[in-house]
Amino acid sequence: MSQRTVREVAKPNENEKMEDIRTPFSEFWRKFKKQKTAIVAALFICLFFITAIIGPYIVPYDVAEPDYDHILEGPSSKHWFGTDAYGRDIFSRVIVGARISLAVGLSSVLVGAILGSILGLISGYYGGWIDNVIMRIADVLFAFPGIILAIGIIAILGPGLYNVVFAVAIFSTPMFARIVRGSTLAIKETVYVEAAKSIGTKDKRIMFKHILPGTFSGIIVYFTMRIGTSILTASSLSFLGMGAQPPTPEWGAMLSSGRDYLGVASHITFFPGMAIFVTVLAFNLLGDGLRDALDPKIDN
Amino acid sequence: MDKKILEIKNLKTYFFTDNGIVKAVDGVDIHVNEGETLGIVGESGSGKSVTSLSIMGLLNDTSGKVVDGKIEFQGRNLVDLKEEDMRKIRGNDIAMIFQEPMTSLNPVLRIGKQISEAIRLHLKYDKARAKEHTIEMLKLVGIPRAENIYSEFPFQLSGGMRQRVMIAMAMACNPKLLIADEPTTALDVTIQAQILDLMKKLKKDVGTAIMFVTHDLGVVAEMCDRVVVMYAGRVVERGDVYQIFENPKHPYTKGLLKSVPVLRQKVERLASIPGNVPSPKNMPKGCKFAPRCKNVFDKCWEEEPPFYNVEENHSSKCWLCE
Repeated sequence: MSQRTVREVAKPNENEKMEDIRTPFSEFWRKFKKQKTAIVAALFICLFFITAIIGPYIVPYDVAEPDYDHILEGPSSKHWFGTDAYGRDIFSRVIVGARISLAVGLSSVLVGAILGSILGLISGYYGGWIDNVIMRIADVLFAFPGIILAIGIIAILGPGLYNVVFAVAIFSTPMFARIVRGSTLAIKETVYVEAAKSIGTKDKRIMFKHILPGTFSGIIVYFTMRIGTSILTASSLSFLGMGAQPPTPEWGAMLSSGRDYLGVASHITFFPGMAIFVTVLAFNLLGDGLRDALDPKIDN
Repeated sequence: MDKKILEIKNLKTYFFTDNGIVKAVDGVDIHVNEGETLGIVGESGSGKSVTSLSIMGLLNDTSGKVVDGKIEFQGRNLVDLKEEDMRKIRGNDIAMIFQEPMTSLNPVLRIGKQISEAIRLHLKYDKARAKEHTIEMLKLVGIPRAENIYSEFPFQLSGGMRQRVMIAMAMACNPKLLIADEPTTALDVTIQAQILDLMKKLKKDVGTAIMFVTHDLGVVAEMCDRVVVMYAGRVVERGDVYQIFENPKHPYTKGLLKSVPVLRQKVERLASIPGNVPSPKNMPKGCKFAPRCKNVFDKCWEEEPPFYNVEENHSSKCWLCE
């Protein structure tokens, strides 16, 4: 009786049936959830977001109020991360600093991504001299080391957080422009773009409705990784005294004010430093995971 | 019946490449009458697709350019039109269906969005009315669950369904001329038959003229009123579908017809035309078909033959018909 009937064999397995329905999102999720490091990074980034949003309301101490009775204290049960030269609670300052770092990182990359995508689209779609001009400017920007370029921009605009956002945005733009241009060049040759043209669709519509969504997978990956880099650059600028000014609890600025006490109270620089390190690492790992999940050529 | 809707006169489309000029279409005369189906036949590289792209004015992104000739559509010469005016004609008066239904729909846009795009652009309908019209079109081309398909993505449809969507998209604004560039080549035979039936039905109901570009002679016999045979960027024979199939005059047409398999015929091998279409870079001086022609004689090598009328509405570009 081990012979199975035809009907039994032909009957679709429940699991198989579920596999059949593959939307692009489920495909993405299927690959993404296999990557444990990226999941951990994503969870950490969620925590980071929550901290940034509610952090300032839940911190135990005022971040600006000096407390001269407890200066340069090491980590304890009262001050988890210790206190700095003015007796301010470093834990509270790191928590509140998350909001600034996130805001700077996110907004600068967002501005850079929007600018870069538009330029890349125009460049790739129209080609010719427009392409040449935009890409040569991008090449020039690429030739500068990022931080030097940012310093140059700050030197012109003056120090301050808004100018840091602008500077970091400027130096994120060319990379986005290049990525989007590359995808645009490929997508504009596809039959569906030709088909869209054959029904009389306008250039602007073809660029933004037909081509741009196709470049998103590349943008998302780079966007995520870029947030990490931007946080790092913004912190560096603040460390150099060109971004957030004391007493703002910005991570880079905290490193800067703690560096004189490295020998006697290394915890002042250690905790903000760790915050920067872990955050940047998390964004990079998430970006890696997204790339592996979004690339149709990688199938594991 | 015999009012010409499209008349192509002496069209020359050349491609300017780094390796020199490629004369993809070299002096083609074709006309399409109102409401008829014209078949354009020829093997790969004979200039069929370039001709249709020239009509649509879609050569801008390539190195190709119409260097000479006229494409008259309803009395207007499309070659001279500005891009802006051409855009108004595309999709509205002349529409096109492409060969590969799997790649001719944008994978990231919903079906409904892609069809209603043309409707909103040309008919100036508002969103709700465009949606209504789109669903109507989907039903017209025989798509079940049209309301659901409206908000689905192309990957959820089969090849045949996608080609129906393409046809719905092309027919959405009631074009006067539909250019179908090998619309059934990528489909399997049963679906092919369905799509052909659909196109026939649409032609009958809507009265659209169809320019049917294909290399499938069976499809031509099924669909077309008149046939134009192209070879190496030129028209070599044209006539009624019956005249062409029953009384082919040009050796190339004869060869094409012989290479079609016939049911219940006991032959080991199909006849074929030896050789390939000559490379555009070293075209023979006289008749372009001379190197592959069985009946070639001295004159063929020296001079290109003109068109000879062999019957009413049937002419062939061959010295044999002199």
